[in-house]
Amino acid sequence: MEKPATDAVQGWTKVITPMRGLFEVPWRELWAYRDLMLLLAWRDISAQYKQTILGPLWFLLQPLIATVAFSFLFGRMAGLGTENVPHFLFYMAGLVPWTYFSECINRTAHTFTRNSHIFGKVYFPRLAVPFAAALSNLATFLVQMAIFGVGLGVYLWKARTDPQIFLEPNWRILVFPVLVVQMAFLGVGVGLIVSSLATRYRDLALGIGFAVQIWMYGSSIVFPLSRVTDPRLRELLALNPMVPIIESVRFAFLGQGSVTQGQWLVSCGLSVGVFLLGVVMFNRTEQTAMDAV
Amino acid sequence: MSIVIHAENISKAYRLGQLDGRSFLAEWRARLSGKPARNEADGIWALRDLSFDVREGDVVGLLGRNGAGKSTLLKLLSAIMAPTTGRIRIKGRVASLLEVGTGFHMELTGRENVFLNGAILGMNRRQVAARFDEIVAFSGVEQFIDTPVKRYSSGMRMRLAFAVAAHLDSEIVILDEVLAVGDAGFQRKCLDKVGALARSGRTIFFVAHQAATVEALCTRGMVLNKGRMEFDGTQTEALSHYYASEQVAPLPLSERADREGSGEVRLTGVEILNGSGFATDSVPSGGAVTIRLGYTRRTAEVFPHLVVSLQVTTQLGVPVFCHSNWFTGEQLGVSEESGVFVCHLPRLPLPESVYRVECRVVSEGRGGRLLDGLKGAFEFRVGPGDFYGSGKTPTLETGLAFVEGKWGVERDALRVERA
Repeated sequence: MEKPATDAVQGWTKVITPMRGLFEVPWRELWAYRDLMLLLAWRDISAQYKQTILGPLWFLLQPLIATVAFSFLFGRMAGLGTENVPHFLFYMAGLVPWTYFSECINRTAHTFTRNSHIFGKVYFPRLAVPFAAALSNLATFLVQMAIFGVGLGVYLWKARTDPQIFLEPNWRILVFPVLVVQMAFLGVGVGLIVSSLATRYRDLALGIGFAVQIWMYGSSIVFPLSRVTDPRLRELLALNPMVPIIESVRFAFLGQGSVTQGQWLVSCGLSVGVFLLGVVMFNRTEQTAMDAV
Repeated sequence: MSIVIHAENISKAYRLGQLDGRSFLAEWRARLSGKPARNEADGIWALRDLSFDVREGDVVGLLGRNGAGKSTLLKLLSAIMAPTTGRIRIKGRVASLLEVGTGFHMELTGRENVFLNGAILGMNRRQVAARFDEIVAFSGVEQFIDTPVKRYSSGMRMRLAFAVAAHLDSEIVILDEVLAVGDAGFQRKCLDKVGALARSGRTIFFVAHQAATVEALCTRGMVLNKGRMEFDGTQTEALSHYYASEQVAPLPLSERADREGSGEVRLTGVEILNGSGFATDSVPSGGAVTIRLGYTRRTAEVFPHLVVSLQVTTQLGVPVFCHSNWFTGEQLGVSEESGVFVCHLPRLPLPESVYRVECRVVSEGRGGRLLDGLKGAFEFRVGPGDFYGSGKTPTLETGLAFVEGKWGVERDALRVERA
């Protein structure tokens, strides 16, 4: 067996073998295709709302409507919100990040099944597709966060005169970019795992949308973690990597959230682990996905 | 010239079938009991032990029947699929064009799609931008470049897509059937472009279905048969090898009961030869064809003057032409026990279609006695061709025949007016 090094010395620029090593992910090639990722992301955004009347307004309407509905249903009717934080901000701070996370899963979980036509005709590093999806979601997410920022500003202004409102944005907002990357890792990681398995087990592709919905109810979106009184159950819930993320976002922007450093570190470890597992599985599947006839 | 593609013992097996509940359980039961989950019988071998080298500047034409493994080989070379065994080494960038317009998005404009498609094929934005004008000019859709491609005709989409692909900057180009896009004029333009790429020293690997293309463009031919390399050599040798292996068995006629005539001479079979002399059931429009009719004489009598005729009709029975040695004034006599009547048509003036032929053998003496007559004796297919040598071929709808001719324009007046 010759080593790849000797291939390179002989001037071979590409060697196609039956199976790449488990951890031989073509990162360099992926970097060479960065323009493709950007273009795919841009295509997703611009093609999605072409020929709609409201156009890009949809980016804003979706989280706003959901937030209003959640505030009413869970906050007002079920009384699940927090004591002093305005319901609107509380739910939006949970929903917007959650939407980003769940969209990362939903949009990457069908990578092989939805793109089999392109994958069968043209070669490019397949990871470009899920990464582009995460990228285009990121654009939507940032716009929505900006809306949240506007809402936060309005309530902060009101809070000057209204002692009933408790809001305390703090320096931890600086950690926010890390939280975003963490969510992207976790979301794309889960999506990659599902898409890899779904090439053989189609059931997963059907089940994932449902599973994500259930996941939300266990992720302190509709209730603050502090409302869980049983400390053991709280510890258990915090093992769900999304819980420390959401709680951290709320803590940073609203000044209310319960998360320990330990919980957050576990969540970080899980996110990176899931992402790496996803990349390895995807890399594996990429080489055999086009074989089944 | 240095070797740019080096393939060693490559094989490819396809797995069969998707999983369902039952096969899922069976697989895991097998896995848990320690047996290998799948065996080789589960797959089909699309390629077996192919080894070859391609040198810089080679233009390789890949020939083979459907299912011979041509597409699989191109997919392995373009890294779309991994081989089951073996290894391919490649020097230089590969542009593979297994289909025109992969990844086109209907909602996006032509301009946007050029950039997207270029990126899918491995170019970055700068490279596409540098060649953008050239691409658009080649496609001929300048006017509509900012219109969403869903408003394009399918021909326009194809042209734009081919234009993007044809302007890739890569040392190795892999093509599959993409030449069959657009009208005949654009097809010619595509072929010319491929020829220009070849002359510029690019290495080209492609599947073409028209012998004429392989003959004209390629410097080398490979014939695949059932996943194995059957022949690898010059394009001309490869073509003859391919046709030789493609030979169609003569169609037997002796068993036919639905015949007329006295039966003193009977047609026993028919074979159709193309211009290269190989038996086929499909001849190119405008190409040479030789029809050979086998016969046996079943009486002691000899027939010094026979008229053999072929009445060609469309499949709906509309007469197209009748050919016979009586029209050409040639003598056909039969004194042997058996033999072959040969009819040679140097340039078949028919559009693409399937034609039906009625054969008649008539004895010329003593008032013209019908010896054998077979309605619908055989059919033959006329495939794509180039009767006028211009790349433009009328279809069956415009008429049943092509007529040779010339066009010109004069400054003269009409003769009547002049007088």
